[in-house]
Amino acid sequence: MSAGPTVELGTLLGDYPLDQAFDEMRERNGEVRPQYRALAETLARLPKEELQRRKQSADLSFLNQGITFTVYGRDEGTERIFPYDLLPRLVTAEEWDRIERGLTQRITALNHFLHDVYFDAKILNDRVVPRELVYSCKHYRRQMRGLQVPRNVYIAVVGSDLLRLTTGEFVVLEDNLRVPSGVSYMLTNRRVMKRTFPKLFHSYGVRPIEHYPQLLLATLRSLAPEGRPEPNIVLLTPGVFNSAYFEHTYLARQMGIDLVEGRDLVTHDNIVYMRTTDGLKRVDVIYRRVDDDFSDPLIFLSDSSLGCAGLFNAYHAGNVTVTNAFGTGLADDKAVYAYVPRIIRYYLDEEPILANVETYLLTEADQRRHVLANLDKLVVKAVGESGGYGMLIGPQSTALQREEFARQIEANPRNYIAQPTLDFSRAPCLIGNHLEPRHVDLRPYVLFGDKVNIVPGGLTRVALEKGSLVVNSSQGGGSKDTWVLEQ
Amino acid sequence: MLSRVADNLFWMSRYLERAENTVRQLDVTMSLMLDTSDTSAETRWQRMMASLGNPVGMEWNGDLDAMASKLIFDSLSPASVTFCVNGARENAGQVREEISSEQWQRLNRLFHQMHAPLAQIQVRTSINDLLASVVDGIHLFKGVSDTTMIHGQGWQFIRLGRYLERAYATATLLEVYQPDLFQVHEREDSGYQYLELVGLLRCCTSFEAYCQVYTADLSPGRILEFLLLNRDFPHTIRYTVDGIRHAVESIQRTGGRRPPDELTAVIGRLHAMLGYTTIGEIVAGDTASFLHTIREQCMRIHELIYHYYVQYSIQSALAV
Repeated sequence: MSAGPTVELGTLLGDYPLDQAFDEMRERNGEVRPQYRALAETLARLPKEELQRRKQSADLSFLNQGITFTVYGRDEGTERIFPYDLLPRLVTAEEWDRIERGLTQRITALNHFLHDVYFDAKILNDRVVPRELVYSCKHYRRQMRGLQVPRNVYIAVVGSDLLRLTTGEFVVLEDNLRVPSGVSYMLTNRRVMKRTFPKLFHSYGVRPIEHYPQLLLATLRSLAPEGRPEPNIVLLTPGVFNSAYFEHTYLARQMGIDLVEGRDLVTHDNIVYMRTTDGLKRVDVIYRRVDDDFSDPLIFLSDSSLGCAGLFNAYHAGNVTVTNAFGTGLADDKAVYAYVPRIIRYYLDEEPILANVETYLLTEADQRRHVLANLDKLVVKAVGESGGYGMLIGPQSTALQREEFARQIEANPRNYIAQPTLDFSRAPCLIGNHLEPRHVDLRPYVLFGDKVNIVPGGLTRVALEKGSLVVNSSQGGGSKDTWVLEQ
Repeated sequence: MLSRVADNLFWMSRYLERAENTVRQLDVTMSLMLDTSDTSAETRWQRMMASLGNPVGMEWNGDLDAMASKLIFDSLSPASVTFCVNGARENAGQVREEISSEQWQRLNRLFHQMHAPLAQIQVRTSINDLLASVVDGIHLFKGVSDTTMIHGQGWQFIRLGRYLERAYATATLLEVYQPDLFQVHEREDSGYQYLELVGLLRCCTSFEAYCQVYTADLSPGRILEFLLLNRDFPHTIRYTVDGIRHAVESIQRTGGRRPPDELTAVIGRLHAMLGYTTIGEIVAGDTASFLHTIREQCMRIHELIYHYYVQYSIQSALAV
């Protein structure tokens, strides 16, 4: 895109502060970045009422489609519309190329790591990753030792969270290797955006993402057990009370596969069946959206009724593929995360393309001392949690909260890590009648079957509260459509 | 299709049909109470309750508004309209991937309508509007189901639920009304008898259809004949039994199991009973027991469907 004249954004910009955080739309000197110019011009030209009308029409579209998620810990009104910002987040072809290569490299290495840990443990014997760290991880599953999984693929569906530092560099904040969610919002955001800004969308040359369900289906099919050429693929959901139930129904419908609950499944002679109106039907591939712990009461938590008794043994016998595999949470443990650059070098003999965020391991005495002395500046996270739960954001915490965390860290240092409070990038959002910058991250979705596939885009999550750094939907975050440009 | 999904669709449909039936009966009963016939409000209420299966906690207390409000809104009573609408939505919510988004939206709107503060006010001010709008909502849902959903196995389970519920409810209604129907009224020419008969027909939305077949000349025997044996009107027992038969056949055609011999036999027997009996024979014989048999057969059909498509034993399924 050629550098045009400076766009007159006038009152649209209102109070739009620029500081050390990287702004997705504007350079440090206030000029609009080349890729954002066409968007800015369109916004400047649109009458305010028209912009509001489009926003309302987009909101209504989400409401009517029932695109909601569930907030835990409230009795009433548990179904919420996922908040949505009208303006797209743009990613240039060059930026995307780096992300794509970086994630492919990372996922490949993490998959090698899982296989190695559950077989020969070479990386532990070579003392690249501390043995104790792996075996003390609460998501390490002894049952997986020596268990051959189809194509040696442990993590078929991954959603990694990326941030952009003040330099503009993309880094990986965490890898979600268990049951990453949010892809349905990526898909529905796009559908609504195409209707909201059709001409703008067309003029930008945005790479498509709509084929994700088809790719997911192909990935699942490629992992079917040997000798099952027409595999019966199902999506296993914990049920209607799960926060991502909408997504489960959406993906099942888009892929044309059955959405099953644990109570629909039975195992007999190490074969998994589902109860249908035509009798029992064999199940070959399970795309699992139920955590390890709840998957099989005979092997994991015995009081869970969400899974299917006997599932693990059928899996062990190779009669059914369950994906992601059990025990993959080991590799997204936040303490193991600190070793991912070393893991990449160890297996691939390459330098990591996407860097990590600096991470303090609290099991190391000197690092722990440093962290405890600087709790007001750091972010502390529980290693096995996700969704923004179990977290302390130092600069926004009270003395009481810091005391509480300090006590917990002393009691169980393995359970926590600390990271600097990141001033990650901000993107323009429509707040009232004008644009204001809000912090954003990016979660691309990686599929890994016979090869690695990443649809160009992902879910851009937004911390809609002014100044907030928390993008999780459970904590007041929203989302944006992500446009990866052809060039 | 998954047994659980079939079960949810079946019950979603049954609950809505039940809600509609309750609303219609309440509407008719309340409008009959406006006339000063010899039948007391209490008798009418009790008769309506009998035809709704004598639900507990709905005994007459003399305050019609309060009773009506309870029958509509008491979400703890399985007889209430709200309970049925909640049940339908709950079942639909568990099979979101199977039903169309239009169906879900329509049902959601009905659900929110029942729970809106306005509805509580309407009971006291304009209950007829409220009842009419609930029936409208259910009719719209049925229309949307027929036009936006693939007419596969899921849709057949929806039909099955609807017709089974309707056959059972209509048979119960006739069984309860049938002693009164042939009672000779002292003031026969006064028009009250006529209103009673119209009321019975309106409980089955059948007044206009009846008139097209028999003219407005209402007689108990013809009404019984129409509601039992007419093959072309969707609210007659004969029609609903044909519907059940067709749905069960279609379930097999769309990938379900072959219906068990006993199920085919029960449905076939019921079908023949209604197809080859004249109203003269029914009235001359034991009408009450004829109607009772129909109810029993409906219950048997429900059990067989349940045990065969939904709750079958794993061991017997493995043996196939």
